[in-house]
Amino acid sequence: MSEDIIASLKENVIQGRKTQDDEGIDEELSGTPGVVELTQSALDDNIPPETIITRGLTAGMQVVGEKFTTREYFIPDMLASAEAVGAAMDILKPILEASNIETKGKFAIATVKGDIHDIGKNIVSILLKGAGYEVNDLGTDVPTEKIVEVVREYKPDFLGLSALLTTTMVVMGEIIEALKENGLRDKVKVLIGGAAVSDEYAQEIGVDAYCVDGFHAIKVLDAFQEAKA
Amino acid sequence: MPREGILVHNPYERITNEQVLQIHQASMQILHDTGLISFNREAAEIFHSNGAEVTIVSSGDSPCWLVKIPEKLVLHALDSAPKTVKLGARNPENTLIMKGEEPRVFFVSGSETNIWLDVDFPTYVKKSGRGTEIQVPEFHPRRGTVADLCDSAHVCEHLKTLDGYIRTVNIQDKDITEDNKDVNKFFASLNNTTKHFMSGLTSLKQLDNVVNMAKLIVGGEEELKENPIISFITCLIKSPLQFVEDTTQTFIEVCRRGLPIVVSSSPQAGTTAPIKEAGIMVQINAEVLAGITLSQLVNKGTPVIYGSVPVRARMDTLGDSYGSVETSQYNIDCVQMARFYKIPNYSTSGVCDSKTPGQQASVERLFSDIVVTLSGPQYLHCAYGLLDCNSSFSLLQAVLDDAHFQMIKFFLRPPWISEKEIADTLKQIREVVATPQKLYIRYIRPVMRSGEISAPYLFEGDGESDNVFALAYERMNELLAKPVEHIDPATTSKIFQEIPGILPRLNVYEERRGQ
Repeated sequence: MSEDIIASLKENVIQGRKTQDDEGIDEELSGTPGVVELTQSALDDNIPPETIITRGLTAGMQVVGEKFTTREYFIPDMLASAEAVGAAMDILKPILEASNIETKGKFAIATVKGDIHDIGKNIVSILLKGAGYEVNDLGTDVPTEKIVEVVREYKPDFLGLSALLTTTMVVMGEIIEALKENGLRDKVKVLIGGAAVSDEYAQEIGVDAYCVDGFHAIKVLDAFQEAKA
Repeated sequence: MPREGILVHNPYERITNEQVLQIHQASMQILHDTGLISFNREAAEIFHSNGAEVTIVSSGDSPCWLVKIPEKLVLHALDSAPKTVKLGARNPENTLIMKGEEPRVFFVSGSETNIWLDVDFPTYVKKSGRGTEIQVPEFHPRRGTVADLCDSAHVCEHLKTLDGYIRTVNIQDKDITEDNKDVNKFFASLNNTTKHFMSGLTSLKQLDNVVNMAKLIVGGEEELKENPIISFITCLIKSPLQFVEDTTQTFIEVCRRGLPIVVSSSPQAGTTAPIKEAGIMVQINAEVLAGITLSQLVNKGTPVIYGSVPVRARMDTLGDSYGSVETSQYNIDCVQMARFYKIPNYSTSGVCDSKTPGQQASVERLFSDIVVTLSGPQYLHCAYGLLDCNSSFSLLQAVLDDAHFQMIKFFLRPPWISEKEIADTLKQIREVVATPQKLYIRYIRPVMRSGEISAPYLFEGDGESDNVFALAYERMNELLAKPVEHIDPATTSKIFQEIPGILPRLNVYEERRGQ
């Protein structure tokens, strides 16, 4: 029974079916439990959260990643799967916390002050959540002071900053300076992204990484984790 | 099921109904009071015996007659000419059904060029680039051969958007003569594509040989009538207003056999037709109507196609300028005239002035391909692979053309708006605006899987740089490597026994045995 639930969970991650109402790809699955329902069933069946994550969610995402690499899947498919995994992680969060099992890390993300563009930021949020990070999305047009406060209080391992405009990307440099002034710069890895910025700009303002897109962000974060280990 | 082509909803109309009538009436006047010079005796006699005013103009070595065609003769012909023409195919699923009133477009290759453009990709080293290497396509013109024609038909068989095949290259091998050219071009084409095959004829003496070849393939005379896998195109008219001696005779003989035929006229605005739009239109319409009339007088009910290949003259050389904007205008006008007569139309697009594949070729081709398609011709000779006006053919260009026709076909899908769509959309909008991320991405997937989202450009490169030619070249070689359904061994054997002049090397079964 447990094996069946885990196998279904993995398959539904691959299909990108968050709930039983989702269509997924395979029409035969229509109306059957999705990732949310299956995660709850797994918990009800006393399957350990680590098993749910590693053999269900992560194993499914690995297949999704492979399909994306071979162009069988496109970004909407990746996002659907990541969103489903993110929903499962929301269910698992209190249990993980109670059991002192850590997530892959805490990630705060914001579109900087003066900029209201958030498509890229939202996609990154979904993907990171699906990849096992605990994401705190601060929204758009976020004042520098608020970002500093979140870094101080929430203590994220990573801070993602997004800007679409050349007029707002300069705010990223101001945030770095503000973090330094508050003695917080070495407490958090800062990643930037958005159409206006580049690798050169990342180096110029002294952040830890420039990410082309959400997939790149996951790779960068994984590299940080490996270096840390 | 026949091929679907693409139905153009609300076809683009360049001229008004009133202007269509004006052109029609002026063409009738031209036919009646100016008339045509016929260098073909039989055509003059046929017109004369049916009530046209025919007078001898010259009785010397090159006799000719002035033929003045009364309006009622033309109107009778327009009445009896079929309004639906079926073009068959070796594979019945490739049949084309063309209705004169229905703007359903079929995309077709052709015409016959003398030059075949080979391509290769030599490597160049940048002088100042410390050994940086790039590959640049180079095009090498040479005389076309029967092997090239086989390759061209083979690739065209696999081009998704191509509905019918007009031979693309003139075969100029040393062992090809005027007497065996037709049987070889017909066999090479028919043996390498299961799509409809249309061609001109080099020698009238070969007409029965190619018709008999087609009968052997489909199983007999009645079968060929039912499934006309071949059709003909004849330039019986030389502009302005002259019936050519030999091609008119070919036209008459094809009509007698009841096979589908295109009445083709190709005046050049500025030299063989007036430079202004009204002028070339009145003339080309009169010329095509004269041909249609002759077809019906020879054999009432002959499936005839209104063929238009108008072109504007270049101002620098007075050569053809197929890439000119006016050429597309004339073609669209002709599409409207044919629709007015309810007779299927053979129209032209995609023939460009550019010499090699590249930016100019893309701009010229795509421009005319889009605008002429939008007008809804039935049989669009859109010249896959043709370059340098009508002079050279590039297989690589044909593969590139297929990519942009996929885009044109997608564009012409009917609008996707209905009460149900609107209701679904409202529900979706309300759902999404209530979410924190406000993204519609999750709704993309079912649409994407259903094929209702257009694919990216077929030859889009990875990374930062474009790589169109290399990718198209790869595709071209993939298509060449993909097998085609040849004529079966027994029929091939019969054809080689009964039809004289076919080169033994075209027998794929004998060739395989010899290897």
